[in-house]
Amino acid sequence: MKKTILPIGPFHPLLEEPEFFTLYLEGETVVKVDLRIGYNHRGHEKLATGLTWDQVPFLVERICGICSTSHPYAYVLAVEDLLDIKAPPRGQYIRSLIGEMERIHSHLLWLGLAGHFIGYNTVWMWAWRYREEILDACEKLTGNRNHYAMCRVGGARRDVTQEAMDFTMQSLDSNERSTTMFLGAIVDDPVMHKRLKGVGVLTKEDAIAYAATGPTSRPSGVRWDVRETDPYDAYGASLKAKAWDVIVLEEGDVFAKAAARVLEVLESIKLCRWLIENMPDGEIDVKVGNIPEGEGCGRHEAPRGEVFHYVRSDGSNKPIRHKVRAPTFTNLPTYKASCPGEQIADVALITAAIDPCYCCTERVGVVTRNRRNTLTQDDLVKLSVEKTLEIEKKIGRRSNLAKI
Amino acid sequence: MEVFNYLVFPGFLFATVAGLLTWWLDRKVTARVQYRVGPPWYQTFADVVKLMGKEVLIPENARKTGFLLAPIVALSASALVATMIGVFNMNWSAGFVGDIIVFWYILTIPSIMLILGAAASGGPLSSVGSSREIKMLLAYEVPFIIVITMIIFKADTLSFGGIIKYQAGHGPILYSVSGVIGFIVALLCVQAKLGLVPFDAPEAETELGGGILYDYSGAALGAFKLAKAMLFYTLPIFMISLFWGGVQIGNGLGILWAVLKYLLIIVLITLIRNTNPRLRIDQIMKFFWGKLTLLAIVAFILSVLGI
Repeated sequence: MKKTILPIGPFHPLLEEPEFFTLYLEGETVVKVDLRIGYNHRGHEKLATGLTWDQVPFLVERICGICSTSHPYAYVLAVEDLLDIKAPPRGQYIRSLIGEMERIHSHLLWLGLAGHFIGYNTVWMWAWRYREEILDACEKLTGNRNHYAMCRVGGARRDVTQEAMDFTMQSLDSNERSTTMFLGAIVDDPVMHKRLKGVGVLTKEDAIAYAATGPTSRPSGVRWDVRETDPYDAYGASLKAKAWDVIVLEEGDVFAKAAARVLEVLESIKLCRWLIENMPDGEIDVKVGNIPEGEGCGRHEAPRGEVFHYVRSDGSNKPIRHKVRAPTFTNLPTYKASCPGEQIADVALITAAIDPCYCCTERVGVVTRNRRNTLTQDDLVKLSVEKTLEIEKKIGRRSNLAKI
Repeated sequence: MEVFNYLVFPGFLFATVAGLLTWWLDRKVTARVQYRVGPPWYQTFADVVKLMGKEVLIPENARKTGFLLAPIVALSASALVATMIGVFNMNWSAGFVGDIIVFWYILTIPSIMLILGAAASGGPLSSVGSSREIKMLLAYEVPFIIVITMIIFKADTLSFGGIIKYQAGHGPILYSVSGVIGFIVALLCVQAKLGLVPFDAPEAETELGGGILYDYSGAALGAFKLAKAMLFYTLPIFMISLFWGGVQIGNGLGILWAVLKYLLIIVLITLIRNTNPRLRIDQIMKFFWGKLTLLAIVAFILSVLGI
């Protein structure tokens, strides 16, 4: 049969952000998928090297509108790693609380979008309505519905009041009820089973091979959650108290991904309650002086998976290098394993099921005139070596990089 | 008189107004189900008027004649079927032998025109949409024909007016086991004919960005939307006529009853559309050719047995 090429994007109702899928079809079956991103590159890493250490959290917060606390969280963990300090307990608990609240509202947002993608607009509107309760609680806790600015190097930026925490408890209770209702009404619906089960299966081997993270890999049976494998802040204590559990499922299809997210919402609600009940008193941050020379890594389990930040300091008031790796960067290529052989209707859903965030992911933009430019691995290595040499010259230090 | 019937009542103008109001009702109920406020009553009129005033863009690869003719034919076919159903409901003896077959035939024309127009536009998304529409047309016509045949056998007449007259004498067909099963099958076929969720795979705005309507714009798109709105009014009336005793005007509270039945069917359609996800095209075909055809045959056998 003749192959048809179906373009999805750069602007398409399925996609919240500009990116370009090319589907190669045989009839309704997709045989190959090609993805082109780069419409959204904003140069955050470069911008970060022009800001002081304390300004960067505000910048990286704006990498993503939904997981807006994940990036600053990973960043401050990286800088604290560089400084080798720890935030005081109350500061840690506040940061973890905001991180979990964010996971709840992000998963509910995805649930709504997933409903919209399969033409179930009622789910879309209902999920987003229940998400409002969480956003209200976030506003009470931090003063903002979405960009919280609660993370700073050395602790939390603002304290949370008891009144706000009581309000949050009420929101969590009512949200738990509605999420459980959702679990019954949507996840147990036979039509949903028909539409989602067995679709776009990502096997455990593939998930590991593509280094998928977060709710993309855990439904495939990979037990990997930074909160558990490398506990930071309040997560270690909460794990010891058995306040929550990591959700691991076996099937790896879209249904498992949806179910995992709903179950994670319920786990996060438990964890938030535990954090509020066990919120310690005391200082919320430590005083941080000059940042010495060195490097640090921070990772945080964002709603979409592990987000990784690397910072390097030369002793000045700005990071000399700041590297961001968003979870979508590793989750995105899994479509190569899960899409071929599926129908168009399912491919749209499978690509949405990893909850992609393209603007978080984009790290490079190549501008050419009237010509499509494909960068091979050799090109990328060459570019990377050139950049390293440039940085070496700037900081006046030589690494043992082999000459190309 | 025929010209008046076709253009004003119960044809083009009346069907347009009724169809757009029905469409608004659908949107309003949908909005209330989803905790939204919903549009004001004139929203659908405003939409169509605005579309009519917009520029019609013709894609470079399109076959112009087919592309532009399709919406006009679809619109006139919808108006024709609205006229005939209205007139035959008012005057049972106005029909002719076999007019029910003509109805069935004309009711497929809007879908066929959608297929033709989308294929003529030459776009990839439209062509996927049109191939889906062909499959769906083939799928839902099978149970639909069986159900209509069941009614023809039951009423022992091939004329539309005759079926209503039969029901006036023997009570509505719906009030029997076979009638209820047939009604459910026909309702789902109507849902597919209207291209609503769960059977909106040809349009599928989140997969194909509008599918069959992807390359249409301006007045041509408006004409298709109007045709669909008219069908939205016509098909429930068609259902009432076949199953529920028709619209009996001369009979005291007849109009009121007809309106209530009509609203009930619309609300049913809207609720089905709001409590289901979109099915894949292969699932749609399996559903119509498998379960629904089976149900239709069961209804047919029951009706032959007189149940």
